[in-house]
Amino acid sequence: MPFANTLRTVRLALKSLLLHKLRSGLTMLGIVFGVFSVIAMLAIGEGASAQAQAQVLALGATNIIVLTVKPPPDSQQNSSGGGRRGFVVPQYGLLRSDYDLLTSTLPTISGAVRMRELVSEVRYLQRTLNCRLVGTTTEYAEMNHLQLLRGRFLSDQDEADMANVCVIGAETASTLFPLEDPLGQIIQVRTHRYTIIGVMRSRTASAAIGGSLSGQDFNKDVYIPLSTFRVRVGDIVFTRLSGTFSAEQVELSQITLKVRDMKDVVATSEVVKESLSRTHGAKSDFDVIVPLELLRQADQIRHIFNIVLGSIAAISLVVGGIGIMNIMLATVTERTREIGIRRALGARQRDIIHQFLTETIVLAGSGGLIGILLGLSTPLAFQGLKVIVQNFVLEQESGNSQMSKMFTEMEPRIAWWSLPVAFGISVGIGVIFGLYPARSAAKMDPIEALRHE
Amino acid sequence: MHAARLIDLTKFYFLGDNIVRALRGVSADFPMGDFVAIMGSSGSGKSTLLNLLGALDRPTGGQYILAGYDVGTLNDDDLSEIRNRLIGFIFQSYNLIPQYTVLENIQVPLHYRSNRRTIGSTEINRCLDLAERVGLAERLDHRPFQLSGGQQQRVAIARALVNDPEIILADEPTGNLDSVTEKEIMDLLTALNREGRTIILVTHETSVARRARHQIVMKDGLIHSEGMLITDGEK
Ligand SMILES: Nc1ncnc2c1ncn2[C@@H]1O[C@H](COP(=O)(O)OP(=O)(O)OP(=O)(O)O)[C@@H](O)[C@H]1O
Ligand SMILES: [Mg+2]
Repeated sequence: MPFANTLRTVRLALKSLLLHKLRSGLTMLGIVFGVFSVIAMLAIGEGASAQAQAQVLALGATNIIVLTVKPPPDSQQNSSGGGRRGFVVPQYGLLRSDYDLLTSTLPTISGAVRMRELVSEVRYLQRTLNCRLVGTTTEYAEMNHLQLLRGRFLSDQDEADMANVCVIGAETASTLFPLEDPLGQIIQVRTHRYTIIGVMRSRTASAAIGGSLSGQDFNKDVYIPLSTFRVRVGDIVFTRLSGTFSAEQVELSQITLKVRDMKDVVATSEVVKESLSRTHGAKSDFDVIVPLELLRQADQIRHIFNIVLGSIAAISLVVGGIGIMNIMLATVTERTREIGIRRALGARQRDIIHQFLTETIVLAGSGGLIGILLGLSTPLAFQGLKVIVQNFVLEQESGNSQMSKMFTEMEPRIAWWSLPVAFGISVGIGVIFGLYPARSAAKMDPIEALRHE
Repeated sequence: MHAARLIDLTKFYFLGDNIVRALRGVSADFPMGDFVAIMGSSGSGKSTLLNLLGALDRPTGGQYILAGYDVGTLNDDDLSEIRNRLIGFIFQSYNLIPQYTVLENIQVPLHYRSNRRTIGSTEINRCLDLAERVGLAERLDHRPFQLSGGQQQRVAIARALVNDPEIILADEPTGNLDSVTEKEIMDLLTALNREGRTIILVTHETSVARRARHQIVMKDGLIHSEGMLITDGEK
C-alpha cells in the first residue's frame, strides 16, 4: 500500500480515537507504563552493570591478583614459622619464593608486582590517621592505574637503598597536611620515620565484587619500598588485641600479575593456582582473583537481572494489551452502524480489519511513544529518587554502607536499543490484541450492522 | 439495455424451525435511466428487495443480474466491489460517519475503490463539485451533528454519486424529513434521473412515489401491481 494511503488511514484512525480523548488516553496508560517500566528497568540494570564493569576494569582486565588470606583457625596449628620461645608464630600467605617462581615460570605475563601491607597509624605532629602501609616496588602505581599528583613514585634505587622514603595517598595528604606542603616532610609510622617524596592523585575506590576483594581505597595509602618494609617492619607482626598479644608471619600480602594478552588470562590463572597449590599444599592461605572472570560474572548477573525485569515489564505490557482489546471490542460494538455504512459503500472485510487494526496500532504505538518519552526521563527521575532516599530513608550511619554507596553512585543508563524494541513491542501488542476485535468487526453482516441502533 | 434484471428472485430467512419468506419470487426488469418507486405495506419485503438490488445480500433463489454479473454467485469481496463501483446508497437515517466532516464523508467510497485508492486533486475536485451541486459548498468542514436532516441527506446523495454509479438505491430517503425538504431532495433525485441515472427508491408517500416514472407495489413478498399507478400532475 502506498505511503500516502497509509498516512491517510492513520490520520482517519487518529480522528476516530480523538473522538473519545479521555477513553483513548486511559486505554493507552497500560502501554505507557509498560513501555516506561521496560526502559526504566533496563536503564537501571545497565547503569548498575556499567558501574560494576568500571570497578572491575579498575582492577585491570588483564591482571591476575594473588592474595594472601588468613587460613581458617584449625589449619593454623601445624603451620610453624620463626618461633619465639614458648609460643609459635603462625606463618601463612604468599612467599617471596612464590613471586620468584611465578615470574620465572610464566611466559605469558608482561609484568608483576608484589606488595606487603599493614594497617598502621600514621602520625605527623599531633595529627594521626589510620592508613594502609604498603611496601611495594615501582611498578605498583602503573599496575593499579594510580596517578601521581606531585613529586615522584618509588624508584628501583629506593628499593635497592632500602630508602626511608614514602609516597602518600590523596586523603592521607589532605588529612595530615591540611595547610602545609607534604613534600619533603617527615611522617612517622609505628616507630619509624619516612620522608615524603610524592603525593598521589585522588582515585575512586575499586570493586568489592563477589566478596573476594574488599573495596580498595587507595586514597588512604602510604607507600614505602618493599625492602624498607622488610627491614623496618619485618615479616612478623604483633598485634595487641584486648590485652592479649597475637603475632603472625606473612612475607607478601599480594602479587599482581599482568598478562600480556587478554585471551591468556584465564589459562594463566589456572597455572598460577596449580603451581601455588603445589608449594602451599593443603594450607588454603592464598586466593587467586581474576577481574576478567568477575567481569563475566557481572555480565551474567546483568543478564539474569534483565530477564527478570523484562518479564515483569512484559506482564504489564500484556495487561496493557488486554485493556486495549477490551476497549476496542466496546468500540466495535458501539460503531456497528459505521461498519455497516462502510460495508454498504464498498469496504471489503479486510478493509474493516485494516481500519480497526490501524486504530489499535495507533493507540498502542502512541502509548509506546509516550512511554519512551517517560522512559527517557528515567535518569532525571532517578536523581529525584536519590535525593528522597538519601534525605528521608537512609539513616546517618548507614549512609556510608556498601549498599547505599552503590545506590548513590549508580547512574541509570538508557539502553538505546531498548527504545526501538519497546516501540516495536507496543506496536506488536496493538496487532495481537487488535486482531480479534477487528476480525469480529469485519465478520458483521452488513445489513444487520446497518440496522443497528 | 438493462441496468438490473430480477428473475424469480426469492429471499428466505431461516429462524430455527420458522422460515420467513420475505421475497417469494420477484421478477422485474429495470432499464437504464429508469426511475422506480417501490411501495407497499410494512413487512411486504421492500427493504429486502432493495438490499438484494444493492448487492448487500445474496438471494436464496432465482437470479439477479446486475451489469452483466450474476450477483448470487459472487463472493463477499466481489459484492463489496460491486457496491462500491455500481451502486449509490441513500438511507432513511442518512448514515453519515459521525466523526468525519462533510468532505470526508463524501470521500468515503473513494477509499474502497478497487483500482485507484489514492485520493488526488482530481478526486478532491470531484467531491467539491458534488458538494456544490447539493448546495453544501459552504459547509465542507461541518460535522454531521452540525447539519439539519435535509442537509445530511444531501451529503449522503453527494456521497452516493462520488464513484459515478449505475444505480442509485434509496430506502425511504425522505422518511425523516418535512414536506419542504422532501421536495428539495426529490428535485435533486429527479435532476439526477434526467441526467440518465437509474434510480430505485422505496417510499410510503404518494407525494414521493408520483415523482417516479412508474411504481411497483409489493405485497407479501410478491409484486402486486406495477405501472404508472400514480402520475405527477405537475409534470
Ligand atoms: N434478517 C431478518 N431475519 C428474519 N426476518 C427478516 C429479516 N429481515 C427482514 N425480515 C422479514 O422479512 C419481511 C420483509 O421485511 P422488509 O424489511 O423487507 O419489509 P419492508 O417492506 O421494508 O417494511 P417497512 O416498510 O416496515 O420497512 C418481514 O416480515 C421481516 O420481518
Ligand atoms: Mg423497510
